Amino acid sequence: MELFTQPWPWWIAGPLIGLMVPAIWLVSNRQFGISSNLRHLCAVIPTRIAFLQYDWKRHGLWNLTFALGIALGALLSSIWLSPSGPSAVSEATRADLAALGMGQFSGWVPSEIFAWNLLSQPAGFVVLVVGGFLVGFGARYAGGCTSGHAITGLSFGRLGSLVAVCGFFAGGLISTHFLLPWLLRSL
Amino acid sequence: MSDSMELPSEPKKDFHFVYLLLGMCFGVVATQGEIISWFRIQEMFRFHSFHMYGVIGSAVAVGALSVALLRRLNPRALSGDPLVAPTSRSAASSPRLWLGGLIFGLGWGLVGACPGPIFALLGHGIGVMVVVLVAAIAGTFSYSWLRPYLPH
Repeated sequence: MELFTQPWPWWIAGPLIGLMVPAIWLVSNRQFGISSNLRHLCAVIPTRIAFLQYDWKRHGLWNLTFALGIALGALLSSIWLSPSGPSAVSEATRADLAALGMGQFSGWVPSEIFAWNLLSQPAGFVVLVVGGFLVGFGARYAGGCTSGHAITGLSFGRLGSLVAVCGFFAGGLISTHFLLPWLLRSL
Repeated sequence: MSDSMELPSEPKKDFHFVYLLLGMCFGVVATQGEIISWFRIQEMFRFHSFHMYGVIGSAVAVGALSVALLRRLNPRALSGDPLVAPTSRSAASSPRLWLGGLIFGLGWGLVGACPGPIFALLGHGIGVMVVVLVAAIAGTFSYSWLRPYLPH
């Protein structure tokens, strides 16, 4: 049982995530990808936008069911497997974040940014609202997110997915090393 | 459905209970592997830990091996459909890939979660992630609206 209550190393978590690609392909010739759900949720809203004119139930219900499963699995995990929460963050990252004025390193997300009452502050608003918007906009523009491009696309050897993944990484580096420090200093 | 809609062909049958179970497996693995942690994403972008590189690298290795094996064995899906590998919709030089990727990455670095972990964090009862999810839906909606005017 200890295996389940401890955080899993990368060599257990990674291969299990990789198995999602053949598993979903083998169920009904579908492809593992999560950001399409955001489009299916948009397609529920009646509009005249051409890109959203399709039957979301026929094309997206399987994926929305998968997303619901993710939330349920996480819930199960939090109460059954890992009641203690995430393990410690590396010293170097703590030191970097402390230099930006952060002091809370427990939990899944930093409580100094991820809170309802911080939405009116620049850092809270930009991280949660602008960050969320960019994730949704960019994923559909690129045609996939970390699961669709980085895991599935690369598994199928698609060069285009490699370009997208380089874009993901470049964007993340800019946010981490330029945007985030600038935002946190403005706290 | 036309290709410009970017919707894959439909299978004969879907197995929603199986997808629910697979999603639950992903939710458990994402939690236990700690890929849903904002701090782990920070470690990755600061090059302070091998963890996320190990997770993504080994996931792609296992995914690629499985795809190679399935291409060779060429079985039918549970739904009875033949397995068809997805074809690239866009050439590798298309601006949408690097431009869309860059926009996604800017958001990923801030939120510290991609779409899968957003759903997982909601399952963990982090209520404020609703804001991120709604903002992400708004982002996808805006893209859908602006799509005819954007370079692809």
